[in-house]
Amino acid sequence: MSAYPKEYRNPLKKARGLGSAQHGVSHWWVQRVTAVALVGLGIWLVSLVLRVLHADYATARELVARPWNAVLLIAFVVTAFWHAVLGLQVVIEDYVHTRWKEAALLIAIKFVAVLAALAGLLAVLRIALGA
Amino acid sequence: MADTRRPLSPHLSVYRWQVQMVTSILHRATGIALSVGLLLVAWGLIALAGGEERFGHFTAFVASPIGIILMIGWSWSLFYHLCNGIRHLVQDGGYGYEIVQFVRSSWASIIVSLLLTALVWAWVLKMGAGA
Repeated sequence: MSAYPKEYRNPLKKARGLGSAQHGVSHWWVQRVTAVALVGLGIWLVSLVLRVLHADYATARELVARPWNAVLLIAFVVTAFWHAVLGLQVVIEDYVHTRWKEAALLIAIKFVAVLAALAGLLAVLRIALGA
Repeated sequence: MADTRRPLSPHLSVYRWQVQMVTSILHRATGIALSVGLLLVAWGLIALAGGEERFGHFTAFVASPIGIILMIGWSWSLFYHLCNGIRHLVQDGGYGYEIVQFVRSSWASIIVSLLLTALVWAWVLKMGAGA
């Protein structure tokens, strides 16, 4: 066994390890697809907020409980948090150059986004189902 | 990540001021602002599901002076990120890369986003006066 060389890896493998992790295309593409969805969902959200703005509590709840509004709100929450995580990830990767801080921030934004999105979804479902 | 020998973001001070630089920075800044704003959307939905009293706390915050300043900031951030996002999607399609077009579309993102923000707040004030 001791006859094996210490280094098994071809130098080329090492050089490749410094390059792409192969996740870039999917990140780029998902960010664009969510962006296209958010063009429509974002404009719709503004219109919903404008309708809720001067409404009383019961009217606001009734508006959100309507099936189409509830569905579009859920679509908005999922898409927007997803798009936000992808965008914040790029900003963190660009500007945070201390490895442990970078990793901690990347994990933290995902935890916060998933928790907030799930809480928002449960809220919409409670309103829509009258619970 | 300084030890990986990957190229890092260029240092800002090597460029002279130009509008394309501002739109790029603003796209990131408004993206970060909107990520925080998403948490407010989640809070609003959770409060609406939680009952009239909790929703009252939420609307009281939004209608407070700080809340209104934040809402103005977020509404412009949304419209700017929307306009400039559409601009970037068009550029992803390979269009608008002539320098003249690039500068013109940068200004269009800024001016249209300001107009839309003014329009929405004019609407809010008009509805508020009518109610």
